[in-house]
Amino acid sequence: MPAFLLYLVHTLFPPDTRQPTELGADFMILVTGIGIVYILTRYKKWRWLWREWLTTVDHKRIAILYLIAAIAMLFRGGVDALMLRTNLALPNVQPIGALEYNEVFTTHGTIMIFFMAMPFIFALFNAVIPLQIGSRDVAFPRLNAMSYWLFAFGAMLFNISFVVGGSPNAGWTGYPPLTELAFNPGPGESYYFLSLLIAGIGTTITGINFLVTIIRMRAPGMTLMRMPMFAWSTLVTSALIIFAFPPLTVALALSLLDRTFGSSFFTLGHGGMPMMYVNLFWLFGHPEVYIVILPAFGIFSEVVPTFSKKRLFGYTTMVISLVSIMFLAYGTWVHHFFTMGAGPTVNAFFGLSTMLIAIPTGVKIFNWIFTMWGGRIRITVAMLYQMAFIPTFVVGGATGIMLSVVPADYQLHNSYWVVAHFHNVLIGGTVFGLLSGLYYWWPKMFGFILNERQGKVGFWLFVIGFWVTFLPQYLLGLEGMTRRMYTYPFGFGWHELNVISTLGAFTMGAGFIALVYNILWSLRYGERDLTGDPWNGRTLEWALPSPAPEYNFARIPVVHGVDEFWAMKEQGMTLANQLRPQDVKALELPKNTGMPFMLGLSFFVGGFGMVFEWWPIAIFGGLGVVACLIYAAFDYDDKEPLPADVIRHTEGTFGRLQA
Amino acid sequence: MSTPAVSERHQSIPVEFADEEESIKITGFWMFLMTDMIIFASLFAVYAVYRSRTALGPTPQQLFHLGPTVLETLLLLTSSFTVGIAVWAMRHNRLRMVFGWLIATLVLGAGFVITEISDFVSYMSQGATWHVSGFLSGFYVLVGTHGAHVTFGIMWAITLLLQLRRRGLTAVTRRKLFTFSLYWHFLDIVWVFIFTFVYLSGKIA
Ligand code: HEM
Ligand SMILES: [Cu+2]
Repeated sequence: MPAFLLYLVHTLFPPDTRQPTELGADFMILVTGIGIVYILTRYKKWRWLWREWLTTVDHKRIAILYLIAAIAMLFRGGVDALMLRTNLALPNVQPIGALEYNEVFTTHGTIMIFFMAMPFIFALFNAVIPLQIGSRDVAFPRLNAMSYWLFAFGAMLFNISFVVGGSPNAGWTGYPPLTELAFNPGPGESYYFLSLLIAGIGTTITGINFLVTIIRMRAPGMTLMRMPMFAWSTLVTSALIIFAFPPLTVALALSLLDRTFGSSFFTLGHGGMPMMYVNLFWLFGHPEVYIVILPAFGIFSEVVPTFSKKRLFGYTTMVISLVSIMFLAYGTWVHHFFTMGAGPTVNAFFGLSTMLIAIPTGVKIFNWIFTMWGGRIRITVAMLYQMAFIPTFVVGGATGIMLSVVPADYQLHNSYWVVAHFHNVLIGGTVFGLLSGLYYWWPKMFGFILNERQGKVGFWLFVIGFWVTFLPQYLLGLEGMTRRMYTYPFGFGWHELNVISTLGAFTMGAGFIALVYNILWSLRYGERDLTGDPWNGRTLEWALPSPAPEYNFARIPVVHGVDEFWAMKEQGMTLANQLRPQDVKALELPKNTGMPFMLGLSFFVGGFGMVFEWWPIAIFGGLGVVACLIYAAFDYDDKEPLPADVIRHTEGTFGRLQA
Repeated sequence: MSTPAVSERHQSIPVEFADEEESIKITGFWMFLMTDMIIFASLFAVYAVYRSRTALGPTPQQLFHLGPTVLETLLLLTSSFTVGIAVWAMRHNRLRMVFGWLIATLVLGAGFVITEISDFVSYMSQGATWHVSGFLSGFYVLVGTHGAHVTFGIMWAITLLLQLRRRGLTAVTRRKLFTFSLYWHFLDIVWVFIFTFVYLSGKIA
């Protein structure tokens, strides 16, 4: 027995998970865990948690679940970032050593892309899309819950690696042969592959779900060319997801087979070929950067018209540029490894195709500016993020174009220039966009408005912090500092710029704290949104009360043009004053189910078993997955009636029923 | 179950599309097939690059037996035909016939899987495991993924039979049968590519 225990402790907690940072994290996890359990028990909330949240299939609640996860992951990824920046602040000063530095930049990148940006985007898809297109739910509510739990348990599997067994350490791209067993023993990389595989299934399903929702569930009269631009960007993003995630799945699965079952795909000997992985990964990876940027484009296309009190300029060209970006996104993946040596013809082709993307992107930038031109602009936090986005993203795009010049890329590749470029587009584009969308749709999701003054404080900290962090990194790149180095000596002239960059990073951290403080403060004191239309909005989600009732629309509206809600308001015919009691009909709502949660849990158990190659546990998890699927196949009880009286009552309490 | 009268919507639409909600699920299933198609496309690409990377192991020409693969082709193509008849019977409301042809499909599918496994076993008993070369890794994973899909399809068909027995032909079971047939035809098409690009061209080259 003691021998077994010793083995367990040694496997689960090897020496490198027993360092101060890890022990600190262990302690925090323990304290938070006990705190949560205590509160839930004390206030008898376990049933409530299960009934209302863990089994929910309501897209509006799933949105909130995604959002909570995304903000928690932003915190974790942010702490990682500050650890990295602290290590680099001064030459030869290393609070965390080389090994841990590798782990931290790996978890930082992976978490920020897969477990922060993606769920944040899905939070907004879920919160907004059905309301915006005049639908009662997404096409497949149960699959939607399944997507969430696969994501959530995937994220959990990834996050526990830090304290149980050891983190992955081969970068967010996980290139072989560095991820092969021979060079990287221990559970870390297996965590990486398995958690991304599990979360990836969920993401693929989300793509399918929203594609079908938008294609098949729009309100009558809402033709594709009358859809709000956020719905368009969701449509295009979903299509990108559907085509981009399968190659990632293959790349990860083959790596896992190499590691765990001894195949020879990416090995150095035995006819393996590491560059095959790199190709597959970027076949996913480049579309992925558009998967995270296009939703931000969609958000800005909603925010700008609302706060400029003008119709979106150039609707048709916006659609055309979205769709052409979608196609071009698949033709550029080689620009991530020009240095592979594919030859001048191939590199020239991919260099040019990369530059081409700047054209549709530029069209969009001009359209936003022309929408603001001559508009009655209101400077809200959502609008501020948009106005910061335009110059920031232009710089990020321009430095990307410079990278697409092949000879220049031979110099800049794997330098801090690349780090600065992609943070410039990811933070200046995606994160600014998501924060803008967060402030914009927050009242719709929660029924109260985030405080604008505090929001502006957070905004300035965040934006200034961003520039202070990343502008110096361009220069460091030009001065030859390569990415992923854990420290550097004196005398290279790098230290001033690095200190500045680290100061900027902490400023951004302060911006994050301001955001969280604002959320907590507004939860208590924030202005309640009683009208459902706090911003004088233009699209259908603002026609509903905030937050929307569980059935969304008591009666599905008929759409006559772009900006339908604006037209309704101009004609004095909003949904609020149209509904007569006899118009209300009984509905059927999707019924809650615990299956998606159990499925996620089974995947988690199975994945955990596979990470440590404890086969009985892995098989147990696998059987759980099969059991959940069989249960779902035989479960025909998936609807719940909602009587007309209940709807009348609800609409009545919102004051939306004619007497 | 919400089963709006089938005849309300256009008569010309096949029954499985008659119910709006079920027809949306069919659209969703097409999207799923698209993702699955890209999985196979990626695996084909990997195989195409790896087929010459035989290291110290056998080449495709030395390895493959055409006999079993021709048998597999026959079994699977026939099963595509039988599942087609099952769908025809479903559209004509002949439950017993649906049962018969679905079971036939299932049996043919099982024959396919058994043949494939025994073929793999004979390769491996000659020492051709996937550890040996990139080519063998690509081969086993491409063909094996297809085989795993067929196996999953068989289990799906069994649960489908049980549901049909309990509930008969409803809007839901019709849609499930129809999506199953889409899945099965899809696997058949993938197999045609495997047979030509992996086995036939491997044997000839
Ligand atoms: C006009 C637009 C853009 C162009 C021309 C462009 C070009 C490039 C090029 C050539 C590279 C490879 C550099 C190298 O590794 O040597 C690169 C890297 C990268 N880009 Fe962009 N890019 C653009 C927009 C974006 C956007 C919108 C995003 C994300 C929101 C993005 C995210 C990234 C990331 C994450 C990497 C580096 C990934 C890594 O190696 O870890 N880019 N970009
Ligand atoms: Cu790229």
